[in-house]
Amino acid sequence: MSHAVEKAGLYDCRDAWVKTLCDLAAQDPRICAVVNDSVGSSKLGAFQKAYPERLINVGIAEQVMVGVGAGLANGGQVPFVSAASCFLTGRALEQVKADVSYAGFNVKLVGQSSGVAYAELGPTHHSIEDFAWLRPLKNITLIVPADPWEVEQAIRWAAAHEGPVYIRLSRMPVPALEIPGRVFTPGRATLARQGSDVTLIACGTVVHLAMTAAEELASEGLSARVLNMHTINPLDEAALHEASKTGAIVTVEEAHLRGGLGGAVAEFTASHKPVPVERLGFDGFQPTGDLAHLFARSGLTVAGIKAAARRAVARK
Amino acid sequence: MQNDPIPLIRARALWMRRTAFTMVHRAQLGHPGGDFSATDILATLYFGVMRHDPARPAWEDRDRFIMSKGHATGAIYTALCAAGYFPEDWLPSYMQNGSPLNGHPNRNYVPGVETNTGPLGHGFPVALGIAIAGQITGRDYRTYVLTGDGEQQEGSNWEAAMVAGHRRLANLTLIIDRNRLQQGAGTEETSGLDPLDKKYEAFGFEVQMVDGHDVSALLGALTAKGDRPRCIIANTVKGKGVSFMENVAKWHHGVPNDAEFAQAMAELV
Ligand SMILES: Cc1ncc(C[n+]2csc(CCOP(=O)(O)OP(=O)(O)O)c2C)c(N)n1
Ligand SMILES: [Mg+2]
Repeated sequence: MSHAVEKAGLYDCRDAWVKTLCDLAAQDPRICAVVNDSVGSSKLGAFQKAYPERLINVGIAEQVMVGVGAGLANGGQVPFVSAASCFLTGRALEQVKADVSYAGFNVKLVGQSSGVAYAELGPTHHSIEDFAWLRPLKNITLIVPADPWEVEQAIRWAAAHEGPVYIRLSRMPVPALEIPGRVFTPGRATLARQGSDVTLIACGTVVHLAMTAAEELASEGLSARVLNMHTINPLDEAALHEASKTGAIVTVEEAHLRGGLGGAVAEFTASHKPVPVERLGFDGFQPTGDLAHLFARSGLTVAGIKAAARRAVARK
Repeated sequence: MQNDPIPLIRARALWMRRTAFTMVHRAQLGHPGGDFSATDILATLYFGVMRHDPARPAWEDRDRFIMSKGHATGAIYTALCAAGYFPEDWLPSYMQNGSPLNGHPNRNYVPGVETNTGPLGHGFPVALGIAIAGQITGRDYRTYVLTGDGEQQEGSNWEAAMVAGHRRLANLTLIIDRNRLQQGAGTEETSGLDPLDKKYEAFGFEVQMVDGHDVSALLGALTAKGDRPRCIIANTVKGKGVSFMENVAKWHHGVPNDAEFAQAMAELV
């Protein structure tokens, strides 16, 4: 599938993930991958082939998987624990809290097929609660790459950084973002577009939708700034101060409306400079549906973002 | 023999396989390998073993079946439909927008589904609770739970097994679909389970190994009673019934193209 997808100008970010991990593993013998029968869904076939002894498949046992990650870190390894993000965060949440965050081990959690990427497979397989679950674990750097370039930057940064990291990936095809001259600094949002009437703050798979929405709004006379908030923890407060100055904010995320990017932005603005915040995301368990259906019914479309921007501006 | 249930069970199983594969083909989504390894077990339970009434899915005295390997919706939906829990015209909506037939079963959408499954390792603990409730209320229903074999790698199963053995829950039967494959590879090359029988014996279960496609053996094993929880290790073939799918890992969630579909339909007769 990935060839057809790339022809259409879209990318499966798992390709950048595994290529980067293999590159890193070639230089650093401490790099390992820990999985739960998820070699295929994590696209780790190439890694398994090249470094079979550094691919630890614990079977279908996510709690063990995260605990093993902590133990590997104790033993001096740099484990990338990779599994469907719903099970990595949900099933193993206490291990993530106690063994990774509280104990402070150098574990890299890589959530695959996050958000509603598993669409028709339903809420058990959706991972829209992960931001809310992980945000209180303050020492876990929480990164949500939006395209293959950011995936590579995030994986490289995580490998070099000493401390727990959660990188939220998706299998959902996304375009490469056109943001000239961008640099990736965790905790520093990327200004994807200047604007003064409203700020659209997005992360991950929906950043490109926010950029398109801003472009269309500009031609309709509304100047929208776009922030790619690729790091949700720590949050870029300086960028949020600037966003507040536009007087209206829209948050856009492939995640639950409660406790995610929108929640974080609302917490910040409420305690600093309150401005109207319109939040786009999923309001709970989703019905059966394909990706397009699920995105559309929650307003995660260019039209939905534009409408939210107008609502936010009207509330000024 | 009068009232011999075996021909009916076989006929239902054939219909279930054909129908499940038709649904998977149409949706281009699903888990057909695990549907087919479990089909004969489900057909035997619903059409030869369990006390249930599709007109009264909430009947307090019904025997309960928990489909812990919730990814095999082709099997559980066709069993429930064949039993009469919902009409056949629901089936083409499998995994379509707004359908009650989600990729994993939801009790709030589909009559006959006892609990929502999909994350592996959830069904057995819930079944344990149902069996304990039966003890408390004095109701004589039986509780059956089917897990995959890869699913047995989840520790929650062993925590549940310890409690079931400790409480000597004779009204509880665990069935393991022992097809020896999980999502990406064989169970024994991933995190080996053998000797599964000895493990469950050590946890206080009465263990029986059967051919999971031999309906008369299944009938015997599933109707037997004792004074302890029972574990039936059903030796099965993933993809059973379709030559090119049998024992091939990629059919865990592989879906057929038109030619493969046609060939499968020609074989499933
Ligand atoms: C907690 C959890 N982890 C991972 C998965 C992904 N998954 C779905 S099916 C499957 C393999 C199941 O293998 P097995 O239990 O042997 O089932 P069967 O062979 O009968 O299909 C996996 C890993 C899941 N559904 N739940
Ligand atoms: Mg199996």
